[in-house]
Amino acid sequence: MLNELAHFSLNIALGFAVLGTIIPLLGATLRRSSWMQLASVFALLQFLLVAFAFGVLTLAFVTSDFSLRLVVLNSHTLKPMIYKIAGVWGNHEGSLLLWVLILTFFAACAALFGRRLPQSLLARVLGVQSAITTAFLAFVLLTSNPFTRVAFPPFNGQGLNPLLQDPGLAFHPPFLYLGYVGLSITFSFAIAALLEGKVDSAWGRWVRPWTLAAWIFLTIGIGLGSWWAYYELGWGGFWFWDPVENASFMPWLISAALLHSAIVVEKRDALKAWTILLAILAFGFSLIGTFIVRSGVLTSVHAFANDPERGVFILMILAVFFGGALLLFALRAKAMDSKGVFAPVSRESALIANNLLLAISCFVVFVGTVWPLVAELLMDRKLSVGPPFFDLAFTPFMVALAVILPIGSTLPWKRARRAHITRLWPVALVCLACVGLAWAMQTGRSLIGPVGLGLGVWLVMGVVIELYQRCGRGAGKMRRLLRLPLADWGKAIAHAGLGITIFGVAGITAWQVEDIRVLEIGQSAEVAGFTITLEAVEDRRGPNYLTTMADVALSRQGQPIAMLHPERRYYPVAEMPTTEAGIDSGLWRDIYVVVGDAQPEGGYAVRSFIKPLANWIWSGAIIMALGGFLSLFDRRYRMAPGAAREPGPEAAQ
Amino acid sequence: MRQVFVLLSLLLWAGIASAVEPDEVLSDPVLENRARLISQGLRCLQCRNESIDESNAGIARDLRLLVRDRLLEGDSDTEVMDYVVARYGEYVLLRPNGLGINLVLWLAGPALFLVSLAGLIAVQRRSKRKDSIDQLTEDEEREIEKLLSS
Repeated sequence: MLNELAHFSLNIALGFAVLGTIIPLLGATLRRSSWMQLASVFALLQFLLVAFAFGVLTLAFVTSDFSLRLVVLNSHTLKPMIYKIAGVWGNHEGSLLLWVLILTFFAACAALFGRRLPQSLLARVLGVQSAITTAFLAFVLLTSNPFTRVAFPPFNGQGLNPLLQDPGLAFHPPFLYLGYVGLSITFSFAIAALLEGKVDSAWGRWVRPWTLAAWIFLTIGIGLGSWWAYYELGWGGFWFWDPVENASFMPWLISAALLHSAIVVEKRDALKAWTILLAILAFGFSLIGTFIVRSGVLTSVHAFANDPERGVFILMILAVFFGGALLLFALRAKAMDSKGVFAPVSRESALIANNLLLAISCFVVFVGTVWPLVAELLMDRKLSVGPPFFDLAFTPFMVALAVILPIGSTLPWKRARRAHITRLWPVALVCLACVGLAWAMQTGRSLIGPVGLGLGVWLVMGVVIELYQRCGRGAGKMRRLLRLPLADWGKAIAHAGLGITIFGVAGITAWQVEDIRVLEIGQSAEVAGFTITLEAVEDRRGPNYLTTMADVALSRQGQPIAMLHPERRYYPVAEMPTTEAGIDSGLWRDIYVVVGDAQPEGGYAVRSFIKPLANWIWSGAIIMALGGFLSLFDRRYRMAPGAAREPGPEAAQ
Repeated sequence: MRQVFVLLSLLLWAGIASAVEPDEVLSDPVLENRARLISQGLRCLQCRNESIDESNAGIARDLRLLVRDRLLEGDSDTEVMDYVVARYGEYVLLRPNGLGINLVLWLAGPALFLVSLAGLIAVQRRSKRKDSIDQLTEDEEREIEKLLSS
């Protein structure tokens, strides 16, 4: 009964989404205040109805209601509770419902926090958002209904893919979706601005917090996914350039560019058309990502709902919204005249360079991702594009970005003098010294390590110098430093986070040590100064799996460091084995041990890795997100929804 | 029919830990290192998107052994690659070659970069010219000064 009610409430929500599209958009065109006011009501109603449906679906998973097809296919009574809940979004239908829930959640937030936006702008934003909700709710109801019943409920379900039974799954998709879908509200703001025919610095200020929020969630989501892959997949890779990873990475790159160009709109009233285009592209890439993930046109290690019918539906959504938005942009962009002029060497130019590099690196990722498809369609050539391509084609743009970042972020607006750049000379010298030192000390003579180290130091030191400059001369430096706006702290911390991530990536790529050998029980191996001893291997039982667990002792020069327990699990319900690595995490290195099959001649295959700086990769991502978070709470954004209340030139507009 | 829709069904990744088995490792560390680098650039044919270095599928193991055999025979890295491509097609290359239409793939990024750079320079020049029209010439300034002081 409850399930039918939930299904019904989704239908009603679809009705409100249609109304919420038509009435506010018409009202804004006809200037009918009462019609426009309805936008917020419709947005809140959609959110409540979808939230109810999602709650019911979660309840069905929690109580193992096997009369629902989705629960039968994806759950099992023996599963621990956290994975029963996470199982809600561990499948196509449930994750799509989460998509819609977040879509309506952002609309509801805009309705609640945006009450001080100009009425017609808010009505248009919510109208466009409702249009997106309409499309996705129709998608859910027509092709992927989560509330389908089965005629004869079985005694138990078929379980969830064992690899997904991990705390990582509980958090990775929701964060990723908050990011993906959060970009929809930026998109709605862009379309609303095109419909209004007006983009001003106030618009830049309104749109930035939403972009920032979406970007923070994407950063955390991607970071979590990478960390999860690192410890779960058994050989410690952290990024695979898989189509699905690229699908989340492309919106991240574009939204990072958008964050920066929105600053230019806000502070200098320039780059307006470009910012609107980026807002459209960011959500466009989210939709493309959704298409890649759910249509199965691109083979990927992540297997999806490979269903052509669904693929076609998403392609239609993509065509209507992305195509329509670009068309509207082409028609209206000319009206957005930039006012601020600036010199070739200025903060504006630096931000343009940032945007250019981010957008092009995104383009490279996009081309590489779809290339196998294009080559097969056009030339009938079956080929693969893998990590070696992306490493080579993508990295130079990131290196260039990191090189210009500290310079650009210290430049003043409009016009810079030479002195602004020469202040960074000492930092550059320190970095070059680091590069040289690393080059001299390492054995493999690959360039990645030294260059990554140099760039990491360059970014972090650049931030320090910038903060030092910001607190001025003379006494009271500390006081001035503490009184810097939160946005400045956010910027500094996020940039330092990028430096830390680059350092980590370079470290793990360049200086990893790997050892593969057969160890008898009681035998040890020496790997890069560490002694790894296989002490015991025994079979145990987990809640819903069988496991072969090893005790591996880790020591250095006779001093014990840790006892690791790598496992090989077998999940009988899914008939699937998984590997759980034993990891000793540290600030400077991770020691990563995996125990393989028993060998015919006795002993076990043991692979051990020393992974330098592994944790820096994800710490950097968390620090970047933290920077964004601080920036989000800057005074001017807290006031942003109520910008009209603030006295100032914007108030007049 | 068992249709399990999962977000990230990493079925083929399971048990990946046993990718390179101890008995495959060559005794010469230099050769082994080359074998690993070559393996990382070759795709496992059976899998979705993995290199033979990461995959535990049977065919990946066969290919790894093949690569090592060729290296022991004294082939250079490119000769090994060519040998594998001749038998399995360019599909196995994770880093596509730059032949024919693949040039587009390789040049797309750099070309777009150069084009946008040229575009930016053009825009900057134009705005400068507009600027100079907006500014007064020295003669005009002098005339204004004369008018103001009189």
